[in-house]
Amino acid sequence: MATRVSTTKSWKIGDREFHSRLLLGTGKYPSVSMMRAALEASGAEIVTVALRRVDLTGRKDPQADMLEEIDTEKILVLANTSGAMNAEEAVRLARLAVAAGLPKWIKLEIHPDPRYLLPDPIETLRATEILVKEGFTILPYIQADPVLAKRLEEVGAATVMPLGAPIGSNRGVETRAMIEIIIEQATIPVIVDAGLGAPSHAAEALEMGADAVLVNTAIAVAEDPAEMAKAFRMGVEAGRRAYEAGLGPTSRTAEATSPLTGFLDE
Amino acid sequence: MSGVPGDPLEGLPFARSRAVERFEELMFGPVRLEELAEQAKNETRKNFGRTMRLFAPLYLSNECVNSCTYCGFSKENPIRRVTLTPEEVEAEAKHLAGVGFRNLLLVSGEHPREVPVSYLVETVRRTVDLFPSVAIEVAPLKIEEYRQIVRAGAEGLVLYQESYDRAAYAEMHVSGPKRNFDERLGGPERGYEAGFRRIGLGVLVGLADWRRELVALAAHVSHLMKVGWRAQVTLALPRLRPAAGGFQPRVAMSDRDFVRAICAFRVTFPQAGIVLSTREPAKLRDGLMELGVTMMSAGSETEPGGYTGVGKGRLHRTVRGREVALEASEWEGAEATEQFEVSDGRSAEELSLVLRQRGLDPVWKDWDRALAE
Repeated sequence: MATRVSTTKSWKIGDREFHSRLLLGTGKYPSVSMMRAALEASGAEIVTVALRRVDLTGRKDPQADMLEEIDTEKILVLANTSGAMNAEEAVRLARLAVAAGLPKWIKLEIHPDPRYLLPDPIETLRATEILVKEGFTILPYIQADPVLAKRLEEVGAATVMPLGAPIGSNRGVETRAMIEIIIEQATIPVIVDAGLGAPSHAAEALEMGADAVLVNTAIAVAEDPAEMAKAFRMGVEAGRRAYEAGLGPTSRTAEATSPLTGFLDE
Repeated sequence: MSGVPGDPLEGLPFARSRAVERFEELMFGPVRLEELAEQAKNETRKNFGRTMRLFAPLYLSNECVNSCTYCGFSKENPIRRVTLTPEEVEAEAKHLAGVGFRNLLLVSGEHPREVPVSYLVETVRRTVDLFPSVAIEVAPLKIEEYRQIVRAGAEGLVLYQESYDRAAYAEMHVSGPKRNFDERLGGPERGYEAGFRRIGLGVLVGLADWRRELVALAAHVSHLMKVGWRAQVTLALPRLRPAAGGFQPRVAMSDRDFVRAICAFRVTFPQAGIVLSTREPAKLRDGLMELGVTMMSAGSETEPGGYTGVGKGRLHRTVRGREVALEASEWEGAEATEQFEVSDGRSAEELSLVLRQRGLDPVWKDWDRALAE
């Protein structure tokens, strides 16, 4: 049994407290047992599940029973609206999820483009407004767009989840410059989602001050998902510790031996 | 490009995009197959994970007004024909849902009287409650007709061009509405406009020079991804099997070239779905599971009523548009005639086992009707 308490401080989404800063996806795994092992090893307290993969009719379909594999006593299931192309579809899915007994927490994913799965900012803002009014806790997946992040915060999003790079690309925090601004301006947690391919990428996001990261592909398609989950957990913890310890300032150039302003000391 | 005779895109409304050039390099350039396969495997894993989506075809009717040299349903073939009633379609669908499928493909020959659009709409309506995902593979329709089918709950459209070579197309499609090459070519875009969310393109390998066909298919995929950016594009390159009417594939494609083509498509279009049917033998299907294929059928029957035996009592021949009763001797154990011979006859359960043994998770449900009601 992996311990869930990290040595770093806890954090909150809304009123709910979490210790792990690593969120996991549940797609792309070679088997449910490997998924379970990875969840366990990661120490994650939040996992996201695509609603299109689960049964929403209440028939308990054995061909779509991924939720049965998750210990919901310990882990918060964050249903996601992957597949939705617009606000209406996402809102409908969210309502069905609640009707099917899932928590009122939704990772809002609205991507009209099924290739790169890039989020639609306009529809995401609209759906967030609607669902927040209905009492949902909304975690929207967004482009690393600082203005959009503030707009979502204003309409009551519980977090923002800017992408590091396109989903599944394993390219790391390619949107670094924008995520720095989002973190600087945010009053709600910032969770870097998508594109993180290695524990070092996760560490980088946490070092920057992101509150958490969400990882799916890099763990699910690893030769040993559980080991990779553990590695990400360590990366996240290392990044957070470094952030809390206060990273030393970096400098692009060496200190000149003859400083340009040296005359001031003469 | 070396190895491809003539200009494969001649007469086609598709640009030679960078993706097409990339495909040609991978398919015909000096690339080692093993390296290409490695890349294809990596791209598949990144984009689709270690999973395989499963689907089942359900044949509605083998009546057809077209005469096509390669197809078992061709109108002059003296085969046993039947069109399932909507109730019988539902019975077949229930059977497939019971087997475990959640992704259904409704397939039919082209016959405006026996298989009108209103019938297709009715069969979609009767299957969407059993299947979160329903697609159709029928003759090209008008945009308003496609809209009716989308409204009934179907979200996928499969429409293979069969051949992108106009001369070969004209030669193979002897008579009937299917002779209209451009009507068919425009079908996927009309379907997209009408609201289909998954669109499947393909060529039948064996009708014309496959090297040219594959390049044209790559150009069509590239084109559709640009104009139909909201759709999930899937592609398939079924190699023709012997069928009623005595068809033998004209231009054979080796297993090695076939595998290379799957890998080249995967690397060129990392996010496109690639479909592999039961036309291919088990050994090849197993090998390709990890190299780019993302959707497989299993336990398929390619004749109407093939799963449960419904419709048997109405089997007949169709001669010059008229139904002709079967001779008494022909009834013994008779079923409707299949479209093609299935090569991989393993059941869905058997295929799932193989997938799991290879470290792939069979995915049955990957869509929910709530997404596009």
